[in-house]
Amino acid sequence: MSRDRLVVGRNVRKVDGVKLVTGGAAFTDDVQIPGMLYGKILPSPHAHARIRRIDTRKAKALAGVHAVLTYKDVPRVPHTTAGQAWPEPSPYDTYLLDSKVRFVGDRVAAVAAESRAIAERALALIEVDYEILPAVLDMEQAMAPGAAVIHDEPDSTKIYDREHNIAGYILREIGNVEQGFADSDYIVEREFRTQRQQHCPIEPHITISWLDTDGRLVIRTSTQVPYHSRRQVAMILQIPVSRVHVIKPRIGGGFGGKQEMLLEDICGALTLATRRPVKIEFTREEEFYMARSRHPQRLRMKMGVTRDGIVLASQLTVLATTGAYGSHSTTVQGNTGSKVLPLYRAPNMRFECHVVYTNNPVAGAFRGYGCPQGFFAQETLVDEIACELGMDPLEFHRKNVIRLGDTDHLSAQLGEGKEGLPRLVRSCGLPQCMERAARAIGWAQKRKSLPNGHSHLRRGVGMACTMQGSGIAGVDWASAFLKMNEDGSFYLQVGASDVGGGADTVLAQIAAETLGVTLDKIIITSGDTDITPFDVGAYASSTTIISGGAVKKAAGKVRAQVLDLASKMLDAPVDKLDCGNNEVFTTCVCRKAVSMTDLAMQAMYKEKLQIMDGASHFNTDSPPPFCATFAEVEVDTETGQVRVVHLATAVDPGTAINPMQAEGQVEGAVAQGLGYALTEELVLDAAGRPVNANFLDYKMFAAEDMPKLTTILVETDEPLGPYGAKSISEVPINGPAPAIANAIFHAVGVRIRKLPIRPEDVLRALGAKRAANLEEEALLTP
Amino acid sequence: MFGSRGVFAMKTMELHLTVNGQSLNWSIAPGELLLDVLRRQGYFGVKRGCEKGECGACAVLVDGKPINSCLMFAAQAEGRHVLTIEGVAIDGKLDPVQEAFLDHGAVQCGFCTPGMVISAKALLDRRPDPTEDEVREALAGHLCRCTGYLKPVEAVLAAASKRKNRARRVKPLTEVSR
Ligand code: FES
Ligand code: FES
Repeated sequence: MSRDRLVVGRNVRKVDGVKLVTGGAAFTDDVQIPGMLYGKILPSPHAHARIRRIDTRKAKALAGVHAVLTYKDVPRVPHTTAGQAWPEPSPYDTYLLDSKVRFVGDRVAAVAAESRAIAERALALIEVDYEILPAVLDMEQAMAPGAAVIHDEPDSTKIYDREHNIAGYILREIGNVEQGFADSDYIVEREFRTQRQQHCPIEPHITISWLDTDGRLVIRTSTQVPYHSRRQVAMILQIPVSRVHVIKPRIGGGFGGKQEMLLEDICGALTLATRRPVKIEFTREEEFYMARSRHPQRLRMKMGVTRDGIVLASQLTVLATTGAYGSHSTTVQGNTGSKVLPLYRAPNMRFECHVVYTNNPVAGAFRGYGCPQGFFAQETLVDEIACELGMDPLEFHRKNVIRLGDTDHLSAQLGEGKEGLPRLVRSCGLPQCMERAARAIGWAQKRKSLPNGHSHLRRGVGMACTMQGSGIAGVDWASAFLKMNEDGSFYLQVGASDVGGGADTVLAQIAAETLGVTLDKIIITSGDTDITPFDVGAYASSTTIISGGAVKKAAGKVRAQVLDLASKMLDAPVDKLDCGNNEVFTTCVCRKAVSMTDLAMQAMYKEKLQIMDGASHFNTDSPPPFCATFAEVEVDTETGQVRVVHLATAVDPGTAINPMQAEGQVEGAVAQGLGYALTEELVLDAAGRPVNANFLDYKMFAAEDMPKLTTILVETDEPLGPYGAKSISEVPINGPAPAIANAIFHAVGVRIRKLPIRPEDVLRALGAKRAANLEEEALLTP
Repeated sequence: MFGSRGVFAMKTMELHLTVNGQSLNWSIAPGELLLDVLRRQGYFGVKRGCEKGECGACAVLVDGKPINSCLMFAAQAEGRHVLTIEGVAIDGKLDPVQEAFLDHGAVQCGFCTPGMVISAKALLDRRPDPTEDEVREALAGHLCRCTGYLKPVEAVLAAASKRKNRARRVKPLTEVSR
């Protein structure tokens, strides 16, 4: 690089920021389309039932109702709602509408009416006679002999073992785990449980569809995956892809919940049935149980170490439920192994997982994608081992974690639903992450002595290390297109989907840096299947590295065209030219220059040349971002209440293209991780009905609840990323739960191995510990 | 399971109110929520996040006080002054709170932002020099799933010091901007 970076690495404002702070019409719902109908879905009240008879006559007769659809009215096309690259590794076990319902909230019918009130009335008028079937609500029972079969329909495909409700199964081993355990001096095995967490984007899922004047189906929707949605909707509605146009406006948060084709198909079907614009939006309550959640898991983890604390073998056995449909089932759970175990350099690893169907709300992609569960188990177990060995957990991590130059072979075995590719660590800031976060929390002093005295409020500190990926190796790809305008600005088109994380800004920064222009010279359009080139979408921490890679390539090509013309205009060889600050200049002493504006005018009106180009990009490796999370907690031994006092997170994202935005990603992930650790769980009753589908009873962290946060970016230079960037949005969500659990142990000496850690869990554990101590004392007193 | 937005056999009534300084006459149904009416009238910055008063995305100022517009009947706004996010910037000039939200990275998806900005503005109008705790209390009714609240809190504190003309910035910012 011949000069310092001018745009990359700077805290620039979000390119879409002004319209967001002024309340501009930017989101899916911020349009008024004349003649728009209101769509509504009738949710199943039963966890498992067959529709014996469904009568829609009364609903249809209601004034203002334009369509009522049941399974009899729509094509039956097995598919997955998972927004994944084709062919999706998730089972094709879902139907637009079906004669069977498989969870409370499953689609029974859909209506389109002139108002929401009429649509709601119409739903109440649909008469359904259900044959109620035995339901499988407990994942432990799903594979048991005699359990009801949830997917008994013959046309679903890619289900691992439908007779036993197994959506997917994974078994992978590297080295020889039995031998590894035999060679170990010390082996610990524990069981962990994690809960059903909800994404809770503040904007619930919403889709508006209509037919344009050419009769094409336009779908304006709150999605992370416009291209996958287009392909899936076309397949489900049996129309050509070319007849579907998906528009992703600004999105009010996704977090994986919108990596899902969730309303687009049914909304489109209502538009096709009525030839009218239709809007369907989830209410907050519907968002809680009719959208998606994080997969609940039961994890058994076993680790063998030598006397001096070197990990020789690790084994993770998982039972997870995907709920009624297998969206992201094997891929999320695959990550629980492939992204988690290789954090340690153990030569022997084994990962086994059953993902089962239950008649519960459907799980899917959720920030972290299987890693929060796995790291909760692994990092809590490692803490226990270190403590048992009398070793500082920080020292244990220093000794064992993956490092620069290492290859992670488990990833080679476990790809996106198939064999993957080995991961080579080409950049690694994990040691600095650990040291800096440890210093921020005051680890060295606080591990030794905390001023706890005899108070019932006891402090403790704990830590966890985590990693993730940056895009799916060999699967994720993206493209970008750039053209120059007469004023020397550039129009950037990307299929990438900014869902609020600031991707548009980061991509514009990469383009501006490469072209040597200021950020205001980049105009970006993203996520519109008619206008922008293909991109798999916003998931797997891929946008900065993969879409950013495409932008950098495209900008590089356009830059070459700019330099070619400048070379003519300045009469200087291309290798003596550079661009910056909206001009092209010679790098020799003569210092001649031409502004981008003059150059653009020359190109367009003299040369008759549109400066423009595009590029596609993918990687065959998924460079891991690293993270160290340190927590200080205060536990009230009388109430069991855990208060997080301070949470320090240090992340290695490669280069932070926009450090301020990168910090924001960390802080947002941490807030979700805190909820995962302590408060968030969608609770179902004995019939599979949600009991806390609202923001009062489902407790997310609010501004007042947050602990002190310290965010540290440890930048490294990743050879595979644009300007050295990897990713950041997911990895920090993994650490809070184990770091907090470990801090609780440090504070009060009890291990909590389930999430969320509620006061009653802590109290019970403290009670059990007290009872055990008393018993011991009784045995010792003569 | 469903909201009680009984706009069914619709009788209309007249509503006279002031929105962002403009005196208006609207025809509404008696049971309609202020949120629905404002959005229908094109005030899209008023967001629908829960319709139950639990998220704060729909907040507006009514006679200077932050109110969740999903909890108020439009009819109750008769004769009152409503300020929505659209009225916060004056003649295209952003309020210091809005500027600070941009400079501090306090906006991610932006769906909670209008509500937060409205409440922050009301706070600063009332207490020009709030403590961090007061800021957190003022934002407590606004759920944000993206930011972890740190940057919004920093932004409000920075806006406060800026409004008081203390040139001090909470964080140095580089000058590359749109
Ligand atoms: S929409 Fe009014 S508080 Fe949530
Ligand atoms: S910025 Fe997305 S909800 Fe607050």
